[in-house]
Formats: sequence, structure tokens, C-alpha cells
Amino acid sequence: MSDRRSTRRRLLAGPYIVWMVLFTLVPLAMIFVYGFTAPQGGLTMANILAVGQKENLKALLLSLKLSLLCTVICLLLAYPLAMILRSNTKSSASLIVFIFILPMWMNFLLRTLAWQILLENNGVINTVLTFFGLPKAKMINTEGAIVLGMVYNYLPFMVLPLYNVLTKIDDSIFEAARDLGANSFWTFVRVTVPLSVPGIISGITMVFVPALTTFVISDLLGGGKILLIGNVIEQKFTTTYNWNVGSGLSIVLMIFVIGSMAVLQIFDKDGEGTAL
Amino acid sequence: MKKAFSKVYLLLVFLFLYVPIVIMMALSFNASKSRAVWAGFSTKWYEELWRSASIMDAVKNTFTIALISSAAATVLGVLACIGIMAMSRRGKTVTMAVNNIPLLNADIVTGLSLMLTYVFFGISLGYGTIVFAHITFNVPYVILSVMPRLKNSSRSTYEAAMDLGASPVRAFFAVVMPEIMPGIVSGFLLSFSMSIDDFIITYFTKGAGVNTISTMIYTQVRRGIVPSMYALSTILFVLVMVLLLITNFAPAAKSRDDSKKGK
Repeated sequence: MSDRRSTRRRLLAGPYIVWMVLFTLVPLAMIFVYGFTAPQGGLTMANILAVGQKENLKALLLSLKLSLLCTVICLLLAYPLAMILRSNTKSSASLIVFIFILPMWMNFLLRTLAWQILLENNGVINTVLTFFGLPKAKMINTEGAIVLGMVYNYLPFMVLPLYNVLTKIDDSIFEAARDLGANSFWTFVRVTVPLSVPGIISGITMVFVPALTTFVISDLLGGGKILLIGNVIEQKFTTTYNWNVGSGLSIVLMIFVIGSMAVLQIFDKDGEGTAL
Repeated sequence: MKKAFSKVYLLLVFLFLYVPIVIMMALSFNASKSRAVWAGFSTKWYEELWRSASIMDAVKNTFTIALISSAAATVLGVLACIGIMAMSRRGKTVTMAVNNIPLLNADIVTGLSLMLTYVFFGISLGYGTIVFAHITFNVPYVILSVMPRLKNSSRSTYEAAMDLGASPVRAFFAVVMPEIMPGIVSGFLLSFSMSIDDFIITYFTKGAGVNTISTMIYTQVRRGIVPSMYALSTILFVLVMVLLLITNFAPAAKSRDDSKKGK
């Protein structure tokens, strides 16, 4: 009786399972089909190996460099912020969290475009600089501008998981550390950081993957001259119509995404181990 | 000293987050189309907004796509959660792993893979293909919000309802549904906002002639943004801010009032 009922209940997942097969698994398979075949047909590794070509490799390495830089900056900015939020009273902290989420409601493209206006050669910042008699700075269309855009867009993704993890730590744990003779530095290094590892991990994942794979931010703030791997892939599909190479590069990108998650998983396990 | 530091730090981050937004809002009131010159205060971009059929079309598309896809995702997701709970351990693990793919995968890969599939099977790109794509990335958010609620809901009340003669469907709607309702609502809202803010997946799955607010802005970037887009975003931003303020802080104020009355 209850067996039959649970079989019937399992059927409720049916529609979504069909959906996942059609819209998640089949599309993923399509990327592999295109990635491992030549335009004329026949299996080939050439689309994957295309990542070794000079301009593709350059774009991939630059993506890795800028997204790592963005992740480190986000972590360094977000950690003190989450600590400050933690020490606030609950109502003022929830107001500040609200203030952090609100900008995400301005359209993602316009938010990034606003930085274009700020950084341009005749933009807001340079106008202010010349007003004070300072020389103009070249800011737009540089790697720095792209990193700035990334940090601006993805910082909330680092703050929120850190804040969530830090607020869950009981105050008595810090008191215990102090009673046992740890000063505030060692309390931070040996207690706070290890306990916040799950938040750090999910923050890094949520910042690193979109930063590594973006093509919009580099397009808007790099002026189309600085190509990231996302730009290269996008162009293969929308301008040069080389879908097979585009799919091959997408597979390489997926390998990096999965690889970064696997590395983070190792740290997460360690973290939980020491926490116990 | 420490307190002063944290105040200054919060202020700096606050400026970093809001200066670009203020710039956008200011430009929506600029009489000139140029971004470099301030030609005086004007509301003409707001007036033009209502007259532009293409912008109004994009607004309509953005909101209907978000509404349809998040509603469909909520139904699919809630049903799936109930089904997944009844699965064997192995079935559960596999289903959840596939469910997580759109969450973890890069948006560009999700968008491209869907586009390849549509083209391969001869489905012409348009409004419908965007809706299907949005449902696909929305269901995981619904499942993530509903699943924990369903796990914590008590089985005994559900069984008690059935012992008292309710059919499983009736027992679900009368007993389980109210318990998991907050999860359903937050799943719906989360997917709704994800759908509205999405650019990358829409960009690859849309057909010619169909635009959402995001794709419209992207095509305008090269030709120069029509300031009406700033006006539109300002309106949406203020609208969301008011809505969030009401939903976030009105209940808190109310319960504070209630507790005062109680005393």
C-alpha cells in the first residue's frame, strides 16, 4: 500500500526529469557532438586542441589571470565587510545586507555601462581630475577596468555567503578562544577563518566561475580590444560562425570550471575536518 | 577607533556600489543625449519612454517571460521535490546532480548548448525558445528553496490527515502546502528576478526581432544608448526598492508595534 503510494509520488518528478533530459542533458551532449566533430563530419580533436592556438591561449590565460585577481580582491574586500556586518545588531545588519542586494536590481548591463561613463577619457573621474588640475588617467579599455567591473558585479556574491556563515558562529566560541589565551589575531586565524571555510568556498565559486566565463564585462569595459575566452567563444558563434571550434573551446572552459570546483571541494573537506 | 574604521569602510563600499547607479539616474534626467555634457534637467526621456513601441515591447517581453517561466518552474519544481523525496537514495543523488548542472555551469555554455539544440532540431528561435531556456535555469532555484522546507515538514501531520480520511492530494494541499509555502514563494521570487536580470542565456536563445530589456541595451551599446533606457531602469530600480522596503521592513515594524502593545 505505502509502496504503491511512494511509486505514485515518485511519478510527480517525471515531468521535470523529462525536462532535464531535453533541456539540460541533450544540449550538453550537443556541445560534445559539435566539439568532437569537424564541420564536414567525422570525429576530430582539432576543436579542443584549438585552445593551443596563440590568440585562444592568450585569451584563456588572461581570463584566468583577471578572474583570479577579481576573486582575491572580492575576498579581501568582503571579509572585513562580513565581519563588520556580523558585529552589528540584527536590524541594522539586515538593512546593510539590503543595501548590498539592491544594486543588483539595476540592470546588469547598465550597471557595467555606468562604469564606462565613469572611467572614459572624458568621463566623470577624469573631469574631476582635470578640475583639480591633475593629469588625466587612462582607465577605460584596460585590464584594470575589466577587473573593476567584475569586482563591482560579483562582490555581493562573496559578501552574502560569508555573512551567512559568520553570523551562524556562536559568540561563546570566540570567548572560549580568548579565555584559552588567544589574542584577537590568533582567534581570527585559528577560529574565525577555519569556521568560515564553507562560506569562503561558496563565495569563491560564485565569483570565480562567472568572472572566468564573462564576455559582457570585457566587451563593455575592454572596448572590444581585450579578448577573454568568453569573447572568443561568443565570436565563434555570432560572427565567424565556427560552431565546432566554439563548442570545443566551451568544453575546455567547462573543464576549467569543473576543475576549480574539484579543487575547492578538497579545501572544504579539510575545513570541515579541522572544524570538528 | 575600530568602530570609526568600520564606519568609514562601510561608507566607502557604499559609495563604490551606488555612485554608478546615481550616475545612471542623473543621466536619465539629462536634457542632452550625450553622456559627457550636462544640458540641464529634463523629463523628456521619461515621456519618450511611453511613446517608444520597441521599448514597451521589450518591457512586456521581459516581464511576461519572467512570469511564465517562473510560474512554470515553480509547478515543475514543487512536483519534482515531492517526487524526489520518494526516490531511492541513488535516484535522489543522480537527479540532484543533474538539477545542479544549470546552476554550476557557466551561463555562456548553458546558452550556447540550448541554441545548438534548438538549431539542430530545427526549432526556430523566438519568444518560445527564450521561455524554455528560462524555465530550464529557473527550476533549480525553486528546488533549492522548496527542498529544505519539504525535508523539515513533519510527515506525521500529513499521515494524520490521511488517517482522518483525507485523500493524499487533499492532505497535501491542506497540510503540507501551508508548511512549504514560504519556500515556494521565495523560489518563485528568486527565479522571477533571475529571469528578469538574465542577459547571456537570453542573448543566445532569442530570435531576431524579439528583445528583452537586457538584449535591447546590449544592441544599443554600439550605436549609443537611448537615454530612455536609463529612465526605464531608474523607474524599475525605484519600484523594486519601494517593494523590497515594504516587504522587508514593514513586517518588522509591525511586529515591533505588536510586541509593544502586548507589553
